[in-house]
Amino acid sequence: MNLHEYQAKGLFAEYGLPVSEGYAVDTADEAVAAAEKIGGSRWVVKVQVHAGGRGKAGGVKVVDSLDEIRAFADQWVGKNLVTIQTDENGQPVSKIYVESCTDIERELYLSAVIDRGSRRVVFMASTEGGVEIETVAEETPEKILRATIDPFVGAQPYQGRELAFKLGLEGAQIRQFANLFMGLAKLFEESDCSLLEINPLVVTTDGDIHCLDAKINIDGNALYRQSAIAAMDDPSQEDEREAQAAEYNLNYVALEGNIGCMVNGAGLAMGTMDLVKLHGGNPANFLDVGGGATKEAVSEAFKIILSDKAVQAVLINIFGGIVSCATIAEGIIGAVQEVGVEVPVVVRFEGNNSELGRQTLADSGLNIIPADSLVDAAEKAVAAAGGQS
Amino acid sequence: MSILINKDTKVICQGFTGSQGTLHSEQALAYGTQLVGGVTPGKGGQTHLGLPVFNTVADAVKNTGADVSIIFVPPAFAADAIMEATDAGIALVVCITEGIPVQDMVKVKNYLQGKTTRLIGPNCPGVITAEEAKVGIMPGFIFKKGKIGIVSKSGTLTYEAADQAVKAGLGVSTAIGIGGDPIIGTTTKEAVELLMNDPETEGIIMIGEIGGSMEADAAHWIKDNLRKPVVGFIAGQTAPPGRRMGHAGAIIGGADDTAAAKMKIMASCGIHVVASPADIGITMAEALKKK
Repeated sequence: MNLHEYQAKGLFAEYGLPVSEGYAVDTADEAVAAAEKIGGSRWVVKVQVHAGGRGKAGGVKVVDSLDEIRAFADQWVGKNLVTIQTDENGQPVSKIYVESCTDIERELYLSAVIDRGSRRVVFMASTEGGVEIETVAEETPEKILRATIDPFVGAQPYQGRELAFKLGLEGAQIRQFANLFMGLAKLFEESDCSLLEINPLVVTTDGDIHCLDAKINIDGNALYRQSAIAAMDDPSQEDEREAQAAEYNLNYVALEGNIGCMVNGAGLAMGTMDLVKLHGGNPANFLDVGGGATKEAVSEAFKIILSDKAVQAVLINIFGGIVSCATIAEGIIGAVQEVGVEVPVVVRFEGNNSELGRQTLADSGLNIIPADSLVDAAEKAVAAAGGQS
Repeated sequence: MSILINKDTKVICQGFTGSQGTLHSEQALAYGTQLVGGVTPGKGGQTHLGLPVFNTVADAVKNTGADVSIIFVPPAFAADAIMEATDAGIALVVCITEGIPVQDMVKVKNYLQGKTTRLIGPNCPGVITAEEAKVGIMPGFIFKKGKIGIVSKSGTLTYEAADQAVKAGLGVSTAIGIGGDPIIGTTTKEAVELLMNDPETEGIIMIGEIGGSMEADAAHWIKDNLRKPVVGFIAGQTAPPGRRMGHAGAIIGGADDTAAAKMKIMASCGIHVVASPADIGITMAEALKKK
């Protein structure tokens, strides 16, 4: 689960970490009021969306007057922001974050992730602030500094000091950075973060360490014990169909193609997409209906797949394990009748009771195209969707 | 002599009396697994499926002599269950549970360091030695006895691979579902190593997916230890970057964990890489013929 910048900075503030005074607002009037409350004559206004690249897309602005703030809010609230990280429709903007402006001397980078290799939380820091860490990793990997956290004793101040010295910080900045490091490590663990990133982390013209941006991803598996954070979820930032799928415990990811895929098991679902592509087609989605593949799950899966108007055929690939293909065939028949599927449906059954499942579909009188192998299924689905693209 | 489990392996089930524990314990017994009891805290002394229930893993081990445990407890309690089994001296812990917080697994993984207990999973279909024992949730009937070992991050792709190996007339020795989470017990490399050293296994099918470096690590090890043909498939060639594809670990994070990058590394290490999941069985049959 992703947090908005204002939510992440709210958590930072709770941990006593250096962030600017700022307020998330819904309207232009509130934006002006927030700026007046903050005081001064210069502010930063930022649209709140779950996507990077906001600055270049015009979603972040330094403003010198209340009129500019009003104009910025009027321009963005209720609109969508398209950045290099969003799709062509962009992400809806419902909140603007207004904060005091910080005078920057140096930009740094600091993040924490769970590293699969060492199976520990790893902090990464770099003098190359404001640049994507992937770019730094590719072009100047020696500039990425690391600190690995021991899961039993947690982060230690010396690790923070070590990073601070290597970043070229000095004087009071060393202690400030070490405190920030310790606070972030605590926040990371206590909030079940999977990623925490400050880009840029800055040294102000007054010589202080300050978090200019804040990005936090939370481990979805841990939300059961993070109720306060779970309540921060903003479903408007997710694909509507993906959010709908999640309600029925279906894993759905929208793609660009025209062949809807319904598969049991995440690995086989990915493999099925690959197969469709290999045979000249384009998958419209990733969809794992889960091991059970009940009639309800299949019905919902159909509804979600067909709500994508680009879909011209549906490929169902089921490997019956514990669950019988005959049961799933009943589910498919029920779902096709209930939902009113008008595009061709290709079904491949293998495993538990696959023969009976195929027979059940054939006897249904519905326009369902049976396939007897993976390749056959892919070829028939590609043909049904109008041939190779 | 098969790896990890065989017909004589004594197994207990943690989360025995729950719905999943019950369903899959019945199936394991039907397959011939020596399931000797289970653990549900607070239900010690009861009998379930005709087998004794214990309050703790330590009690179960003391009374049954089990050295393998399969875990079905809910995600919030799974890390605790793995550590309990480890502390009780269980040699092999198979954790089926899906949805364990990743920071819990960071702790578990580090807790296991220096201990002799092997963990498989979590979020995996388990382990099966064909026609001997099943410690998992896979449909037993697919796994006909034979000579192909399978290592896989995915459940249904494991079944797909086993089915193809059987239809190609090769059969399966042991299949190990290592799980799809970012942090898991036994890695691809470790599982491949077990199969490479197993005299009953003549060829290895290795199924991975986008995310992480486990397939590349395994490939580099295979390059130096290539004594049997290895067929590899990586799911997610068409997956868009940055999106999580079902499994918590299936997300492309950088240039090196795409399917294309992994497939290239695997091919350069002598693995027969297939682009289509339909070609796994037939490619293995051909590789064994050439040998």
